Amino acid sequence: MNVLPYVIAVWLFLAGLYGVATSRNLIHLIVCLSVAQSSTYILLIAIGYRQGAGPPIFTYVPPGTPAVDPVVQALALTDVVVSAAMTALLLAVAVRIYKQTGTLDPQKIRPLRS
Amino acid sequence: MTIRSRQIMALGSTAALGLLLVWGVIRLPDFGAYPGPYSDVLNAAAVAERHVTNIPSAVNFDYRAFDTLGEEFMLFVAVAGLAVLFREQRGRSNRKNPSVVQVSEAVRWMGSGLIGFTVLFGMMIVLHGSLTPGGGFQGGLILAMTVLLIYLIRGDEAFERLSRRAFVEALEAAGAGAYVLIGLAMLTTGGMFLENLLPIGRLRELDSGGTIFLINLATGVEVSAAFVLLFAEFLEESRKPSSER
Amino acid sequence: MTVIQAVVFVLVAICGTAVVLMREPYRQTFLLSLYGLLLSILFVMLAAPDVALSVIVIGAALPLMILTALRIVGQHST
Repeated sequence: MNVLPYVIAVWLFLAGLYGVATSRNLIHLIVCLSVAQSSTYILLIAIGYRQGAGPPIFTYVPPGTPAVDPVVQALALTDVVVSAAMTALLLAVAVRIYKQTGTLDPQKIRPLRS
Repeated sequence: MTIRSRQIMALGSTAALGLLLVWGVIRLPDFGAYPGPYSDVLNAAAVAERHVTNIPSAVNFDYRAFDTLGEEFMLFVAVAGLAVLFREQRGRSNRKNPSVVQVSEAVRWMGSGLIGFTVLFGMMIVLHGSLTPGGGFQGGLILAMTVLLIYLIRGDEAFERLSRRAFVEALEAAGAGAYVLIGLAMLTTGGMFLENLLPIGRLRELDSGGTIFLINLATGVEVSAAFVLLFAEFLEESRKPSSER
Repeated sequence: MTVIQAVVFVLVAICGTAVVLMREPYRQTFLLSLYGLLLSILFVMLAAPDVALSVIVIGAALPLMILTALRIVGQHST
């Protein structure tokens, strides 16, 4: 029971990878990639958790009360916003592929020639 | 390769990878028993050293400010790449195609009721980033969504006026450049790049934190302008006349 | 580890699997929005309010971008 969060993060990562590998629609592939990215946030935040501790915000409590790890939260919060912009860039590439080849099926798109 | 064989191979390889990952993850410390010393040191020292009370924000913009600089420029480059991808296809035509979206009255009423509160809330989250949960990234995104809310309420003429490309691009570049300039300004006074040398103010007031407050503002401006540009490019791309589809 | 933490973790796993197994992108965006809500509840429970705030605003922006891309491509309805 003590490794359940880490196993869930691994499960989500594998589910996202399986979705990317067997996808038949480019936009479905991009959303599965987003799920795989979210598994890393869960792993990071679960690593830094302390049972019975509060958030690392000391506006109303004196510094010294037990708090969880702030460094992994700092890593995760910039990561969430930046990965959304990356997903938007991938969506633009998918739209461009559709305009170029007429299909969104990754298994029907031929590689570029010459 | 048929679909069935691809599925079987994907299942097999993800199962093998899963076994390796679970074997690695079992050796981590128990959930809820984080032993690390770095976080204890930061939680105990950051409030007294910098007079900020939002420790992840202090970590982002002061103790590990260089990493956040890299992340912010990743955002900048992603939006620039998206703009290049869309504009190169569109060419230089200045036709204003009509929007194909019909917005219902209920959405207009609710949007008009919510927009004042959302703008104030976004600005509060950005400004109080070093005191309460929030910061430039979250608040900037909320401010970008208010511009999108104006698109839903008033249609695309109002949205076009608010998101003029030259203005939004200049704002985004100013936000990203201000981050670097603050760091370089610290270099000119003899400190390290992005070291916090400004007066750190009073505890739990808005003028605390020194450079944390300024970098927070710059990030808020940059993120909101970047996402407004992103939404504007997407919405303009979706407004082609139906004969071209 | 309390019962409610275990329940929310298992719900997140179920919703993530559902997002992957739903093959049509138009329906997947609604599941992605629900996934964002469950993730934000999980992060508030794990004492991470900054990250929960980020996930909530991304859960509003990301399905919107996907729906706009689907509109461009022409698959905006089932």
